[in-house]
Amino acid sequence: MIIQTTFDFDMMFSNARDAFAEEMTAMAEEGYDFAFTYSDNVAPSSAAGKFINKYPERCFNFGIAEQNQVAASAGIALSGQIVFAQVFGPFLPLRAADMIHTDVCYNDLPVRLIGTHSGVTAGGGPTHNNIADLALYRAIPNLTVIVPADAGQCIKAVRESIAYSGPMVIRIARGDEPNVYASQDYDFNIGKAIQIKDGDDISLIGTGSAVYWALMASKALEADGISARVIDMHTIKPLDTEAIKRCADETGGIITIEDHSIYGGLGSAVAEVLCEYGNGTKFARIGMPDEFSVLGDPSEIYHYYGLDQSSIAERAKKLCKLKR
Amino acid sequence: MLQINELEEKAYTIRKNLLNFIYRIGMGHLGGELSLVEVAVALYYRFMNYDPTNPKMTDRDRLILSKGHCSETLYTIFSDLGMYSMDYMVEHFETLNTARFGMHSNRKYVDAIELSAGSLGHGLPVAVGLALGARKQGFDWNTYVITGDGELNEGSNWEAIMAAGHYKMNRLTMIVDKNGLQMTGPTKDVMNIDPLDMKLEAFGWDTYVVADGNDMAQVCAAFEYVNAHRCGEKPTAVIANTIKGKGVSFMENNVKWHGGGIAKAELDVALGDIEKAWAGRNCI
Repeated sequence: MIIQTTFDFDMMFSNARDAFAEEMTAMAEEGYDFAFTYSDNVAPSSAAGKFINKYPERCFNFGIAEQNQVAASAGIALSGQIVFAQVFGPFLPLRAADMIHTDVCYNDLPVRLIGTHSGVTAGGGPTHNNIADLALYRAIPNLTVIVPADAGQCIKAVRESIAYSGPMVIRIARGDEPNVYASQDYDFNIGKAIQIKDGDDISLIGTGSAVYWALMASKALEADGISARVIDMHTIKPLDTEAIKRCADETGGIITIEDHSIYGGLGSAVAEVLCEYGNGTKFARIGMPDEFSVLGDPSEIYHYYGLDQSSIAERAKKLCKLKR
Repeated sequence: MLQINELEEKAYTIRKNLLNFIYRIGMGHLGGELSLVEVAVALYYRFMNYDPTNPKMTDRDRLILSKGHCSETLYTIFSDLGMYSMDYMVEHFETLNTARFGMHSNRKYVDAIELSAGSLGHGLPVAVGLALGARKQGFDWNTYVITGDGELNEGSNWEAIMAAGHYKMNRLTMIVDKNGLQMTGPTKDVMNIDPLDMKLEAFGWDTYVVADGNDMAQVCAAFEYVNAHRCGEKPTAVIANTIKGKGVSFMENNVKWHGGGIAKAELDVALGDIEKAWAGRNCI
């Protein structure tokens, strides 16, 4: 199946937070019964705010208390409800880590944690950066970890989550992110990576907001005669290890790109697979280094740390030149 | 419905069975397990809508034991209610892939356990959600949660206490097993939580202080009060002043008896203490 991406079009933006809430509204209108918990950061004018206004009896505000929100979400789930819990950026994994681990995952409850403002997309500096969450999530049993590439894919993940068993986290960016997919006419299966562009010189494996930049880098590489495969690794756990092995077998090297620390996230997960696979694939990780981020606009920070189109392309060219 | 004298006899039996259970499995938290016996017995044998032959009954009242390290008290009650034999529980206690029971309770293996617990400061926040979920779905069952007093050091409880008051959770009841000791010393010295009743009331709770939480008549009076006040707009807290290690001379108010097993000679003394007190009580 040929997947149409914004690679072929002008950059278009959309907002995964709004998309999530609009899909929640659609599901409520279709008769699905579920609860929604949130914190004191949901604007009345947002899509989630409108959902709350329309369905107040199923919405619970926990103020500025993420531990309590996540634990109580587990309790609501224990009463027999699917729960969508929208929590701001780092305050989900860092403040409520124990509640995610013990209340939601150890008790194996159908809570869908919607972690907003992934990576550095919130702006505002390291207190509002969310660069360590995947490292935590990957190590918690029972937890399925989804990082949609764009708003349209977020809708697919939210819809899939209704019939999916067990706990899940859906990690989305702040909003107004570029679309990766020009059409929603493609298959989205949890745990199965999507090859959005074929190539054999190198594989660029991205997750979340980094998928778009991987795609743009592949475009730049084409001009230099380098054929880059682009993989959308939207599910971090369970990881599609077969897709990684295919990249190792069929292309000249692998680069992972993520808006997360290079420790513990997608890059680490792929490195683990490659080391055990043992075919000596050339490999590099692009992500946030082991430092608290410099201060600036998120797009500038991406450029600073090499997550933008030209930086990824340059890194790919260097990797291609390396002898195996 | 069991009368108070029958509940007292049940508590006497549970205490003895609990001690034998801990002796056989070689581990437990006897201090806190003995202090909560009267509260747990009153709930399971009289005040909760509960059918031991159908522990997942839809309209059952829910009890979360937040001080999950004291699960053996509940296991002993489950055994007395006919849900599991004592031998079965011993044979499946922390036995790796055949384990069903552990020091900290796991709902995956024991139907009667509502929430897998162990880490402190979790039961009350989850109970708030459980009660909210029940209200949302129009269920009229009640949610009970038993916490320790040392456990209230955990800030997560206070977020939950705030939310329960905010949401006027009138079908939520917290019982604080206030035995006055935490692992390394008196609660008032380690991290004082008093005046607990005033703090809870300031957070929008209706509180009932039980002077002697190991006196069955007083415990029952507290739950009668709770039942009579459910129509209000407040969650209720029963602050039960209990004695850690209640009933065993060398354990009572002794910090040393927070966790661990019990030797045969100690078991014999402990059982003798409990039987002697029971016999003495019947002579009055």
